Order: sequence, then structure tokens, then C-alpha cells
Amino acid sequence: MGLQLLGLEEISGSLVALDHVKNVSNEEMVEIELANGSVRQGRVVQIEGEKAMVQVFEGTAGLSKKNTKTRLLGHPMEIALSKEILGRVFNGAGKPIDGLGDVYAEKFADINGKPLNPVSRQYPRNYINTGISAIDGLNTLIRGQKLPIFSGSGMPHDKLAVQIVRQAQIADDDGKGFGIVFGAMGVKNDVADYFKRSFEETGVMEKVCMFVNLSNDPIIERTLTPRCALTAAEYLAYELDMHILVILTDITSYCEALREFSSSKGEIPGRKGYPGYLYSDLASLYERAGIIKTSKGSVTQIPILTMPNDDITHPVPDLTGYITEGQIVLDRNLHQNGVYPPIGCLASLSRLMKDGIGEGYTRKDHQDVANQLFASYAQVLEARSLASVIGEDELSESDKRFMEFGRLFEKVFVGQGFGVKRSIIETLNLGWALLSTLPMSALDRLDPELIKANYDPERAMRTISLALQGEE
Amino acid sequence: MDNRIYSINGPVVTVRNSSDFSMLEMVNVGDARLLGEVIGITGDKTTIQVYESTTGLRPGEPVYSSGSLLCAHLGPGILKNIFDGIERPLKDIAATQGAFISEGKTIPSLDENKKWNVTMKVKVGDTVKGGDIFATCPETDLIEHRSMIPVHISGVVETAVGDGEYTVTETLVKIKNDLGEVFEVKLAQDWPIRNPRPVSYRKPITLPLVTGQRVIDTLFPIAKGGAAAVPGGFGAGKTMTQHQLAKWCDADIIVYVGCGERGNEMTQVLEEFSELIDPKSGKPLLDRTVLIANTSNMPVAAREASIYTGITLAEYYRDMGYHVAIMADSTSRWAEALREISGRLEEMPAEEGFPAYLPSRISQFYERAGYIETLSGKEGSVTIIGAVSPQGADFSEPVTQNTKRFVRAFWALDKSLAYARHFPAINWNLSYSEYLDDLDRWYSQNVARDFTALRSEMVQILHEENQLMEIVKLIGSDVLPDDQKLTIEIAKVVRVGYLQQNAFHPDDTFVPFAKQYKMLKVISYLYDACKPLIQKKFPISSILNTGIFDEVIKIKYDVPNNNIALLDEYFDKIDKALSTIE
Repeated sequence: MGLQLLGLEEISGSLVALDHVKNVSNEEMVEIELANGSVRQGRVVQIEGEKAMVQVFEGTAGLSKKNTKTRLLGHPMEIALSKEILGRVFNGAGKPIDGLGDVYAEKFADINGKPLNPVSRQYPRNYINTGISAIDGLNTLIRGQKLPIFSGSGMPHDKLAVQIVRQAQIADDDGKGFGIVFGAMGVKNDVADYFKRSFEETGVMEKVCMFVNLSNDPIIERTLTPRCALTAAEYLAYELDMHILVILTDITSYCEALREFSSSKGEIPGRKGYPGYLYSDLASLYERAGIIKTSKGSVTQIPILTMPNDDITHPVPDLTGYITEGQIVLDRNLHQNGVYPPIGCLASLSRLMKDGIGEGYTRKDHQDVANQLFASYAQVLEARSLASVIGEDELSESDKRFMEFGRLFEKVFVGQGFGVKRSIIETLNLGWALLSTLPMSALDRLDPELIKANYDPERAMRTISLALQGEE
Repeated sequence: MDNRIYSINGPVVTVRNSSDFSMLEMVNVGDARLLGEVIGITGDKTTIQVYESTTGLRPGEPVYSSGSLLCAHLGPGILKNIFDGIERPLKDIAATQGAFISEGKTIPSLDENKKWNVTMKVKVGDTVKGGDIFATCPETDLIEHRSMIPVHISGVVETAVGDGEYTVTETLVKIKNDLGEVFEVKLAQDWPIRNPRPVSYRKPITLPLVTGQRVIDTLFPIAKGGAAAVPGGFGAGKTMTQHQLAKWCDADIIVYVGCGERGNEMTQVLEEFSELIDPKSGKPLLDRTVLIANTSNMPVAAREASIYTGITLAEYYRDMGYHVAIMADSTSRWAEALREISGRLEEMPAEEGFPAYLPSRISQFYERAGYIETLSGKEGSVTIIGAVSPQGADFSEPVTQNTKRFVRAFWALDKSLAYARHFPAINWNLSYSEYLDDLDRWYSQNVARDFTALRSEMVQILHEENQLMEIVKLIGSDVLPDDQKLTIEIAKVVRVGYLQQNAFHPDDTFVPFAKQYKMLKVISYLYDACKPLIQKKFPISSILNTGIFDEVIKIKYDVPNNNIALLDEYFDKIDKALSTIE
């Protein structure tokens, strides 16, 4: 099929130029056959007259100006989809690598997807019960949300993602079950293995579809990995009515691949050398989370990114935060203090939380308790910064109460441990217990009636010690 | 007349050897007829930016000239609707194409089959000029649409239809000008989005845009016809602030532009505004609202256009004599779209990769705000409230800095306030409003004579607190003398009880001026009543123990908006509480 072109005009980085190409379309797929018979895939990224620039997914090593035959495939990048993709493992460009052969396709879909019409979206409201207090109680994950984990090297973001997968329950179940699409971009072999092993141990492997691009795999393939994963997720969610949780790790590697590719194209760099279109590019991934009115399924995204040097103002976390509906920030101090999961509650946020909690979803007092916990914990940090200057002994009486509250909050509420799963009611009761360790007058965000009904220092101590035991 | 695509680079397409195109002309690109705009003409090359995805486009496909600039289609049917960045109706697209937006379909912006109940305002023989209102029809339950003679037409009415039901494509009036040319006038007309619509003259600013948000109305007000910027990092509450203003501000029409933002947010606005009832009229808020949604995953070139589409719609309603407020969320995404396209054109970048013309584009946009007299002698205004998303929450970046030069109200959102869940997280030390002096007169005539004095007092307290906190941070609060402790406590009342406002509380989400004034009055009274006690060496703790401070903080919840008289009781309560000390 199609015309074969002999030789290349130019080779630079992962790009090759073809000349005298007729009838080529923008973003069309090509196959480049080498003299030894091996075939590489590529995509047209720029056309000028009869000259076309092609990005080669597997890299250009070994290509010369003469030893290739190039064929235009006549369609954009597509992957094969069917229900059978669950339980399978693919490479970053969507080719099976588990030795089970090709997917028998029910349909082929363009991996770039199409923008979702805001009119057709259903506003996400149902929460996902992750069993983790710091998430359920304070930064509730909603079905159809995109909620990234901002982490750093050496922090347990993978462990947290696995815990979420293992414990996640959807509040009610009107879809045909739950599935996971896992996209690994430039992760270490160990990490990919860890996820695979954890999925197997939890017994969800037949519900998981994995796209794996390891850190030594070609970078162009890495720029395709999340798109393949999301295309699969959209198919499962919108055509097979499943609730899909997409885990993408690590977005920072993806952005670095994009930067490498952009600079090889000679584009004008924006901040820190990343291309000026990084925002649009990331948005084209993240915005593919959601729920549509015509289907029962949903796509929920948990992208994981490591902040270089723990810097939240670095372009990758910064732009991500502007697109996603909140973020869960891991805090290195908490991690070093042995708190797991080390979720920094004040920097974390779930934007969709407000509409998915409260009466009918979780419990009526959820928002109030969360607000008061946030406000009180913010005061803890103020007291701590003061204590670091004048010493803890010199603090006022009320600041000392806050210091104690802070310790309990981090140890009991946040640091629940890997094996513990708390129901939302347990989480909220624990929240009340912690608030009851503060003087009643310090609860300035709560309705007096609510305080009267729930403020009980005695019961609080029992709840807290129970929670401490549960953790051990 | 054979214009064919030569090169394709992302959304930028060039045509060689053509002299058929003019600058900023609207064109159709390729067999799929994608919408595009001419953005550069050099010796042998015409550069076009395409507003849709160019995947699958081939060199050699034709490019069709349209002969007109990129225009917005203006007429009844705009309100209650949701459009994309180039005014394509998203509801109709959803109905014909399904949940995902595909390329190249042309659907008319306004429903061409809907019949409007038109009342004619001109008759045969009348002399009319551009901007005159020739017909009206109820567009929504709330808003009367006033159709105007297009600006370039003037003359004598030759024929006019009677009152009745007409669609936007039917000719209602024929006008003959001095030269004998005859123009047909319909309910709908076109206007190029990059050109400001003409006005009779600009009027001085005298009226505030009442928002019901205490920190804005009292501390940093915005005037009708003014421009404000809301900069803030992610999670600081830009979108929330914009939504609150869109819901509660006293403009007649709201144009909400979601420029490069989240799809779910637009869905939320759409859902919430259809359910929320405007307290003044009892009608859904959507009746006065038009949404423009160019979410972050839609094509970048249309994002650049969405801001202009929005402001053109706003000006159109202004010319009918309405007060319009336009919320642009976020102008940074628009600036980034400019940068992206500029990069594709290989233009020389200035600061941080942004093109050198960024400041002039920003100023052109904000200058389209104003309080004006229309061509037909009515008063109208366009108020712009632009969100800015600075990279890394760093206000020194080019978009924030350049925006600051062209707006007169600046509401700086502060991440540390947001972390402490102090909302709206408008930092009172970094924010400002230059409209205070302009509005002084209005305040003293419509709120109270001493309102600005009270306001200054509050600012003074907050300022003193800010300085005292510097000391507290170093040595703790225990060492401060009691009079300074009192200032800190009063400042806390102002911060928590006044500036903090709960958008989810039925009474606190919108607070009328009368209540704002009384609240200030109570806080000021409390401060004045405590001062002599401190002078008499009563310890501050004895005052705090009365609980009166906490009670004043809770006024915002305890006093409902429809019973402001309750506030008068607080003066007595304060006296009583403090008398227990002596």
C-alpha cells in the first residue's frame, strides 16, 4: 500500500526530512524500513512544499541518507482497541510487549483524541472513597476528576498510588465495573515492576491495561505513551461504560522528552527551555478526564510528577496545577518524620471537593470539619515558625495547645499507614476528635450548634488512641 | 485564483504566490474548510493561523478567501448560549456531532429558524443613522434585545415591516442613503472582532460595580466601565472570585470567557447559572449570561480569538444601553496563545519568549472597557475583570506586570491566605484600587457620609497589624503592650469577621452595602469602646473573655441580609459586655 520513498534528505536528532513527497497529510504515520529489514515508525510533524519532517519514534540511530525505504500509511497515529486490552501490557507506542500477540481490534482510534464539548460534559459529583483520611477528608477525589500527586525523588508517591488503587471504591456503582489504565513514561524498570507486582498481588491485574515506556526507551515514544493510555481509557469509559482510573507516571519525564524533541526541532524555548506550548500540550492530556452525559463511564486521572528539587514553581508542577482540578502535594518533612502518607494538607487541594461531599454524598458536616481542620492546622504552622525563633516553652498557652494538635494531626490523621483503610465516617469522626483537643473558642469556622453536638474531649481521647492502635 | 496550501506547521499554514488575501481576513482552509485568519503577508508568502486542528491537512489543498475580516455574528439568541472561541454554538455542535468536537463543520452562530417577537421602532420615512435602535424583542425573560442599525448605514427608511415574528435572516427594514444606495437591515449583523465598536463619547467614571463581596466593595472597589485584574497562582481562588462576581455583581449582562481553562469549570458555570436565581428579578442568572468556552484542549489559535469575541459581544450589548461585565479567565492563557503562535511564525521573542507586542495587545484589550454614551444617546458600560495566572505565582512575570499598567484595580490573590483557607484570598497589602476617588461621591451619597472614613480606619488597622506582626514573628505576641495587642485583636475581627467571606453560605455569599456599612460601624465602635478600658489598665484578656469579639466576628452569619436592623443591637451588646469588666 502506498508509495515508497528511497533515502532521506536530512537527519537531525529524532527528526528526518523527506523530499519530493507528494500527497502527504499533516501528522500522517510513516514506516521507515532499514536495509536490514527492521521497521521503525514515525509521524509527519511539519510540511513545506514537497518536503516533510518526520519524527522517528524509535530514534534515528543507524539511519543514513541512503539505506531506508519510507512508506506513507495514509492515516494519523492510531491504536487498536477492544475489550481485550484489559490485562495486557503495551509499549509506549501501543504495541503489545507481553508476548500475547496483537489485539484483535474492534476499532482503531486516533491517539490525539478530540476536545470534549463542555456542553456534553457531566459535572463530576460522586466521590471515590480511597480510604485515606488526608484525601477523603480534606482533598476528596471525585469521579471524573484529574488530581495529580506532586512528589519528589525518594518520596513514596508510587506506594500512595498503589494504595489508592487497592482501596478505591466508588460510592455507588451504576457502571459496568472499574478498570485501571496505567501509563508509565520514562520510569525505572523497578518502578514499572513494582506497579505490575502490586496489581497482581491485589488481584486487579485482569482489570489493568498497562502502557510502559521505560527510562531507556526512546523519548519520542514517551510523548505518545500518555495519549495511547488516554485513548484506551476513553474507549473503555465512554464506549464500554466502565469507571476508569488512569495513573500516569512520571509527567516530569514526559515534559523532558517534549523539551528534548522541541529543541531538536529548533523551536524557540519558553521557561527553563521547555517549549512555549507546554501548557497546551499538558492540557491536551489532562483535559481528557471527565464524564460525558451520553455514557455511564468516567475517566479519573491521577498523574504523578516529581518536582525537580521539590520546587513547586518549576514549570511542570506549575502548569499542571493550573490545568488540573487540585493537587496532592507530598511533603518531605513529613516523610522524614516517618509520616505515611506524607500528604502536605495545606498545599494540597481538591477543587471538585465542594460539590461532591456533604449531605447525600458523604456527611453533612464534612465541609465544615475540613475547613476547621485546615484553618487550625494553618495556625499550627504559624505557632511552629514562632517556636523555631523563641523556643516552644515561650509560646502562649493557646499556641502550645495548637502545637499538640499539630503533632496529633500529623501522626494520627495524616499518618495512617499503608495497611489502614478508613471509611469516610471514621475519617470525619477522627477529625472531630482532633478538633476536640483544642479549646472550644478556637473553633472559629464552625457553627455553634455543630460544636455542641460533636465537641467531646473525653470521647476524643478514646477515638485517637483507637486510631493509634489501628495504625500499629 | 488558485490558492493552495504550501506548508503546514502546527496551526500555521502558508500559501505561496498569492495576492488575493488581505491582512486579518477570514479564510477557509483545505477541503474540510477549516476556519482560519490571515496573519502575515510577505513577498511570496501568505501566513494563515487555523482555528481548528490541522491533523490530516495536505499541501496542495485549496484555501478559500472570504473577503471579510474575522467577524462576530451579533443578534438575538446570544444570551443563555455557550460558544467556542470563534462564536460557534457548542450546544448545536453537541447536538449534531456528539460529545467530541470535530473539525470543519460550519454551523451558524445564531439559530436561524427561531422566530423572535419583534416590536418595530421605526416607520417608513424616518431618518435613521448607525447605532439607532430600530426594533426590540424579548431575548430572554430578563433582557430586551434592542436591534441597532449597523454603524456604517444612515439614511431614510424606505420600507419597514410591521410588528410580528421574524427570524434573524429576514430583512426588516430597507434604508436609502443620500447617494441612493439601499441597504437591507436584519436582526443580525456582523462586526470584526478585533475592532472596538464606535461610541458617541466616553463619560467619566462615577458608579461602582456593586459585587456584594466585602473586600472588593469596601477596600478595593471596581467602577462600572473600569478594568480590574485578579492575579494568583493555582489554587488561590481566581476562578472562584470570577464566579462570585459573575453571579452577584449588579451588571445587566455578564459575558464569561473561559479562555484556555478547564472544561469542567465551564460545565459547572452552565449548570449552576441555570439553577441560580437572580435575587432582583427572580429569573435564572443564565438569562443575563453568555458563555464563551475555549477550554485548554481546544485549538490554541481560537483561544487567542476568544478574548476578542467576548469583548465584541460585550460592546454590542453595551451599545443597547446595558451595563456589561466581562470576566476573562484567564488572560495569561491568551498571552500564551500569542506566544505560541509568535513562536511558530519565528518572530523575535522579547521577555520570557513572549512577543514584543504583548503590552500593546494587552492595552488594546483593557482599553475596550469604559463608561460611554452610545451612538443613540443611551448610557452603557463595559467592565473588564481579567484573571491572570502568573507562572510560579511570581507577579514579576511579563503578563502580570503589563496588565498592572493598564488596569486600575488590582486584586492580588495570596497563596498563603488560600492555604489558611482565608477566602477570598485577596491580599490587602498588595492589592489596590485607583477608583476610590472617583467613587467617593457615590459612596457618601448612596451608602453613608462616613463610609470612606470608616474604610480608611480599617485600612489603617490592617496596616498597623501588618507592622506589628513583623515584631510578633520575631519575639512572640506576649511582650507587646496591651494597646498594640488590642490593635491585633481588632485586626483579627476585620480579617476574619469582615474580609473573609463564605461563598457557600446563603447570606454571606452576597452582602448588600447597607450591611457592609453597619458591620464596619460595629467594628469601629468596638475598637473605640475598648480603647479607654485599655487606658485604664484593664488587661486585654479580660476584654476577650467577655466573648464579644467572637460575637462580632460571627455577625456575618448571625445577621441575615433581610434583617439588617438586627445589627443596631450590637452597639448595646458591646456596651453591656464591656460594662461587666468594670
